[in-house]
Amino acid sequence: MTGPRRDPDMVRPYVRTGGQVRARDDVRPESVVVAANAPTEGLSPDARRVMRLFAGAGGGLAVADIAAALELPPSTVRILVSSLMDSGHLAAPVAAAGHQPDFDLLQEVLRGLRSMV
Amino acid sequence: MDSAPWSDPPVTYVPSTVTRSAKIVVAGGFGVGKTTLIGSVSEVKPLRMEEPITQASVGVDDLRGTPEKTTTTVAMDFGRIHMAGGRLALYLFGLPGQARFQPLWEDLTEGALGCLVLADTRDLDASHDALGLLETCGVPYAVAINAFPDAPSYPEAELREALALDPGTPLTVCDARDRTSSLHALITLTEYLSERRSAALLESRP
Repeated sequence: MTGPRRDPDMVRPYVRTGGQVRARDDVRPESVVVAANAPTEGLSPDARRVMRLFAGAGGGLAVADIAAALELPPSTVRILVSSLMDSGHLAAPVAAAGHQPDFDLLQEVLRGLRSMV
Repeated sequence: MDSAPWSDPPVTYVPSTVTRSAKIVVAGGFGVGKTTLIGSVSEVKPLRMEEPITQASVGVDDLRGTPEKTTTTVAMDFGRIHMAGGRLALYLFGLPGQARFQPLWEDLTEGALGCLVLADTRDLDASHDALGLLETCGVPYAVAINAFPDAPSYPEAELREALALDPGTPLTVCDARDRTSSLHALITLTEYLSERRSAALLESRP
């Protein structure tokens, strides 16, 4: 083969992801999720590890935070989180920025950064 | 080493006030100061995630008659800033700028507001891969020279030429170790992104 491959499957998950191989489009490294009330029996060991991170927590975690805490590749965590959202175990309180980040979001980030200086 | 018990996870939760998240990518060559800049501005201890990537080796003789593949682990450090009265979480991701990481770039730059490219005047060539990847992925960017104490400084025109920057692309200088200086570099980027967005909105008006 010549030239770089652009196939996204080139990054292969190193753990089981319950047969699911693709992440939802709205689940990205910066996407924040919170735990919903759902029984964790029957989940894969890795999915249970993800859910355990939320035990007793009063907040959310981004996909990247989960990947760092569990030392799993972010591509794998995206799939795990997608699957856990589909099964109702995790929910998104936050819509990650769309493909065309809107002007209001940029203004808000700009105001936020300026207020820190 | 003892590992933390599962009831005490090594994570800093996103406050429940957060209703929206966004990301800015910080890119550049090895050792250019990406992690330092992220650490300067982040409100939580920067974390690291690692992605193993497998790729076919190009230009390597295959002695075993099977396609040669190599696995590299790409480490990405990231931090987080809370803003807008706790409603918005801004994530900053450090992304290594080597061209061979293109598939990873496509995944990680998707949905990014924009990218701050860090450059070192002692090795400007190291920035070319990152700049090329950003053009490929269509991510708007600004460039910040990380002013290492022993790095030479050059007139802006020379730097622009060496980096082959578009006249409209912001070029600034920062000290990645310094919080305020790093924030100013991010502000320069975000001002540019806002102006671009607002120009695009005006253009799309009937």
